[in-house]
Amino acid sequence: MHYFWVPFLPMFGILVPLLTNKLNRSACTLATALLPALALCLIFLDLPAVFAGESFSKSVEWIPQLGLSLSFRLDGLAALFSILILGIGLLVILYARYYLSEKDNMGRFYSYLIMFMTAMLGIVMSNNMLQLWFFWELTSISSFLLIGFWSHNSDARKGARMALTITGAGGLALLAGIILLGQVVGSYELDVVLNSAELVKQSPYYIAILSLFLIGAFTKSAQFPFHFWLPHAMSAPTPVSAYLHSATMVKAGIFLLARFYPVLAGTETWFVVVSLTGLFTLLLGAYTALFKHDLKGLLAYSTISHLGLIVLLLGLNTELAAIAAIFHIMNHAVFKASLFMAAGIIDHESGSRDMRKINGLWKYMPITATLAMVASASMAGVPLLNGFLSKEMFFAETLEQSILGAMSWLIPVLATIAGAFSVAYSLRFIHDVFFNGEPKGLTKTPHEPPRYMRVPVEILVAICLLVGIFPNYTIGPLLQSTSLVVLNHPLPEYSLSIWHGFNLPLLMSALAIIGGVAIYLNRKHLFKFAGMFPDVDAKLVFEDCIQACVKWSQKITTKMETGSLQRYAFCLCFFALLLIAPPLFDLETTKGSLAGTPINGAVIVAAILIVAGSLATIIWSHYRLIALLMLSLVGLVVSITFAYFSAPDLALTQLSVEIVTVILLLLALYFFPQQTPTSKSRPSHFVRDLAVASFIGCIIGAICFALMTHPLDSISAYFLENAKIGGGGTNVVNVILVDFRGFDTFGEITVLGIAALGIHKLIARMRLSMRTKDYAGRLWAKEKYPVLLSVVSQSLLPLFLLISAYIFMRGHNLPGGGFIAGLITSIALIQQYLAHGVDWMAKRVSVSYHYMIAIGLTIAGLTGLGSWAFGRPFLTSWFEYVSLPWIGKFELASALVFDIGVYFTVIGATLLILASLGKLTTTERLTVGER
Amino acid sequence: MELVYAICVGFMSACGIFLMLRGHTFTLVIGLTLLSYAVNLFLFASGGLTIGAPAVLNSSENYADPLPQALVLTAIVIGFAMTAFAVILAMRGRADLGSDHVDGIEPFDPLAEEKS
Repeated sequence: MHYFWVPFLPMFGILVPLLTNKLNRSACTLATALLPALALCLIFLDLPAVFAGESFSKSVEWIPQLGLSLSFRLDGLAALFSILILGIGLLVILYARYYLSEKDNMGRFYSYLIMFMTAMLGIVMSNNMLQLWFFWELTSISSFLLIGFWSHNSDARKGARMALTITGAGGLALLAGIILLGQVVGSYELDVVLNSAELVKQSPYYIAILSLFLIGAFTKSAQFPFHFWLPHAMSAPTPVSAYLHSATMVKAGIFLLARFYPVLAGTETWFVVVSLTGLFTLLLGAYTALFKHDLKGLLAYSTISHLGLIVLLLGLNTELAAIAAIFHIMNHAVFKASLFMAAGIIDHESGSRDMRKINGLWKYMPITATLAMVASASMAGVPLLNGFLSKEMFFAETLEQSILGAMSWLIPVLATIAGAFSVAYSLRFIHDVFFNGEPKGLTKTPHEPPRYMRVPVEILVAICLLVGIFPNYTIGPLLQSTSLVVLNHPLPEYSLSIWHGFNLPLLMSALAIIGGVAIYLNRKHLFKFAGMFPDVDAKLVFEDCIQACVKWSQKITTKMETGSLQRYAFCLCFFALLLIAPPLFDLETTKGSLAGTPINGAVIVAAILIVAGSLATIIWSHYRLIALLMLSLVGLVVSITFAYFSAPDLALTQLSVEIVTVILLLLALYFFPQQTPTSKSRPSHFVRDLAVASFIGCIIGAICFALMTHPLDSISAYFLENAKIGGGGTNVVNVILVDFRGFDTFGEITVLGIAALGIHKLIARMRLSMRTKDYAGRLWAKEKYPVLLSVVSQSLLPLFLLISAYIFMRGHNLPGGGFIAGLITSIALIQQYLAHGVDWMAKRVSVSYHYMIAIGLTIAGLTGLGSWAFGRPFLTSWFEYVSLPWIGKFELASALVFDIGVYFTVIGATLLILASLGKLTTTERLTVGER
Repeated sequence: MELVYAICVGFMSACGIFLMLRGHTFTLVIGLTLLSYAVNLFLFASGGLTIGAPAVLNSSENYADPLPQALVLTAIVIGFAMTAFAVILAMRGRADLGSDHVDGIEPFDPLAEEKS
C-alpha cells in the first residue's frame, strides 16, 4: 500500500529546506512543500478504501530482539488527522514564506516545521504504542524548537521551555501508561490493544492506565490544570501558532483520547473525569479569552476552550457525542488555522496585535477583514458555517447525558453559557479589530498582505463555508469512517443536515448568540469586574515552581553526595544488606536435609585460629604491620582448610598467592604511614559500621550454612565422567580449567595481564618519599642484603624451578598445573629480588615481563585458534599418548600448551607487579619516574 | 562441622567488611583481602565439605565437587590481581593527594579541636 511511505516522505523532507536554503525563498518553499504534497497525494490514493470502512496496517521488523517493529496503520482516524496535518501544513508552509522576514533563517524554520509534521504523522499513523510514544516525544522536542524559534526573545525561550516541561512530563506519564497497558494486554500493537477493551477495563491497573493516559493527553491538549503553557507558546512565530494550535500539537492529546476511546472509554471514571475536565476547561477558556487584549492571546484561550469542548464531548457517554467530537476536531482545525493566519497578517501589516491599538482595519484591509469575519463567525457558531453544525451537535448531546444524575441539566446550561462567551469573544475579534473607530498609535499604516499570503486563509474559509452548507457532500464520508474507528462498532443514526427543525439545541444556539451579543455590549462592566482580580502570571508561578524544584534537588544532592568515599562504601553495604536480607525470610529453616559431617579437634583449632586471626586483624588494625601478620595467619589457615577439605589445587594456589600478597603488602607498607592515626572516626560511625558489617556477616554465614546443608543438583558429575575420556586428564579441577572452561581461564589470565599492566602504569609516574626510619624512629638495618639470605635463596633457586616444572607437568593428572607452577616460579624469582635487590636482578634477568604476559596470552590464544585449523570450535582440546624410548609412555595434549600460556602469563603478571613496585625503592626509580 | 565452617565464613566477612568501611586505604586493602578469603571459602563450600576425596580420578571412591574448586582457583589468582591493583592505587592516591584517607583528606576531627 502507499500509506506506509507517508511518514517517511516528510522525514526525508527535513533535509530539503536545509539544502535549498541557499536558493531564493520561493524555490526553497516549493522544494519544501514537494514531499508533504506527495504524501498527501498518497493518502488520497488510499482514501476510497478507507471510506469503504477498511483499515490497513503494515509492519517491518526494526529491533526484533526488543519486540520493536516499525508499524504503521491507516484507518479513518489516521486518515482524517493525516489530511489535517499535511493539508494545513502545506498552507502554513506557503503562509510562512511571506510571514518570515529576511532576517529569519527560513531553511531552519522549515526544517523544524517538517520535523514536527513528521512527528505528528508518526503519532497518528503508528500501529505500535511504543513507536507512537517515540513520535509523541518528538512533537514535544520539535515544538520546543518551533516555539523558541526567535531565540533572541526571552519570552520565546521561556514559553518554549514551559511547553517542553509540561508536555514532556505528560509524555513520561504516557510512557508509563503505555507500558502498563502493553503489559496488561500482552502486546504493544494497536491492532491487538484496540480489541482488548474488556480485558483492560477489568484489569486492576485500569485506573492507573487511565490516569496516566489522561495526564499525557491533558498536558498535550492544554486541559485544566495544565492549560497555562498554551498562551505562553504564543510567543512563537504566527505560522507556528497556526499550525501547532489548530490542527496538530494540541490535537495530539485529543487524538490520543480518540485513538484509545474503544479501549479506555465506557466506564464511569472516564465519563466523570474526562467530561468534567472538558467542561471546566471550556468555561475557563471562553471566559478568559474575552479579556485578552492580545489578538493571539484571545485565540489561544479560545483554542483552550474549544479543546475543552472536544474533550467534554469525548467524555459524554453517548455515541453521537463521540461523532460530534470528531466533527468538531475538523471544524476547529479549519477555522482556527485561518484565524491565526489572519491574526498573523494583521500583526505583520499593522505592526501590532494589541486590540486596544488596532481598530477600524476594515478600511485598510477589506478582503482580509471579510475572511477573518467569516472564520470568527464560524468560531462563534453562526448558521451556514461549519462551526455551527458541530456546535449544534454538541448542544444536542449535552441534553442527552446523565453524568451528574439529577444535576445533569447543569451541563447544557453551562454549555450555553460557554457558547455565549464564545460568541462574545468572536464578536470582539470582529468588532474591536475591524471597526470601533480608528487605529491608535500604530507604527505603520496597515494594508492588504501580499496576494499569496492570503491564499491559505481564503482556502480555509472556503472550506468553512463548503462544509457549513454542504456537510454531507464534503465531510460526510470521512466523518463516517473516522467515527467507525473511534467507536469500534457500527454507527448509530446521525444527521449532518443544517436544519433539524425548531428544537432545543437550536434554542440553545439562539440563546448563546443573543447572550454573546449582550455580554459584548456590556463588556465595560465585565472588564471592570475582571480587573478587580489580581493578574496571576502563569510564567512567574511556573518559574517559581521550577526554581523550588531546583533548590530542593540541590539540597538533596548535597546531602546525598558529600564526596566522601567512606560514606558511599557504607551506603553500598547498607543497601546490599537491604536487598539480600528479604529473600532469606522465604527460606523456612536455615538447616537443610543433608546430614552434617561430624566435627573434630582439628577443625575446632582451625576455626579458633581463623576467628582469632580476623579479630586480631581488626583490633590491631592501627598497627599496620601487626594487622598484616594477623591477616597472613588467616590466609594460611584458609589454605590449610582447602587442603583438609579435599582441594589440594586450591591449597597450593592459596599458599603461593598468600606469600606473594604478603610480600606485596609489606612492600607497599614501606611507603605508607606505619600506623593509622588513632580514633579519627566518630563513635557513632564505628557502631554503625560494626552493625552493618555484622549483619552482612550473619547473612553470608546463614546462606553458607543453608547452601551446605541443602541438597544440590550439580552439573559436576558431567565433569567427573568426562575428564578422562574427553580431556585426557585425571585431575578434574585442572581439566576444567584448561579444557572444559578453557575459555573462562583465557579470559581470566587476560584480566590478570591487564591488571598487571595497569599497575605498572600507575607506578611509573608515582613520586613517593622514601623513609629512612620506621615508626618508632629506628633506622633501617644497615645490611640491605643479608649474606645468609642471598646464599640460601640462590642455591634454592634451581630446586624451586625444578619443583615448579614438576608441578606443572603433573598438573593434568595430579594436583598442580599452570597457575600453581607459575606462582611457584614467581616466588622463587621474587626471593632473588628480596635477597639481592632490584639492581642485581636487573643485570641478570633481561626478560621484560610485559613481553612475558604477551607471550603467555599469545600461546594460550594460538592454542585455541589451533583447533580452527582442524575445523573445530575455539579451544577444542586434543590429546594423544606417545611412547618414546628411555622416557616411556606419556601424554601429549593441546591443553598442556594452553597451560604453558597460563604459566607464562601468571609469572609475567606477578613479577611485573612486584618488580615495578620494588624498583620504586632503588636507583632504578628515577629512570622509571622520568620515562 | 558445617556450622563451624559457616560461622567462620560469616565472621571473616564481617571483619573484612568492617575493615573496608574504615577510612584509611591500607586498612581497606587488608579488609578487602580478608573479605576475598571469606568469599573464596564461601564459594568453595557451595560444593559441600568432603574430606579425603580430592577430585583426582582413581584416587578414591567418591570425589569432592571439582567445579567450585576450579572457580575458586581462578578467583584466588584474580583476587590477588585485584588486591595488588587496589594497594597500588592507594599508593598512587597517597602520592598525588598527600593523604592516605579514602576521601583524599583527613576528616574534620571535633575532638582534636577541643584539645587545642
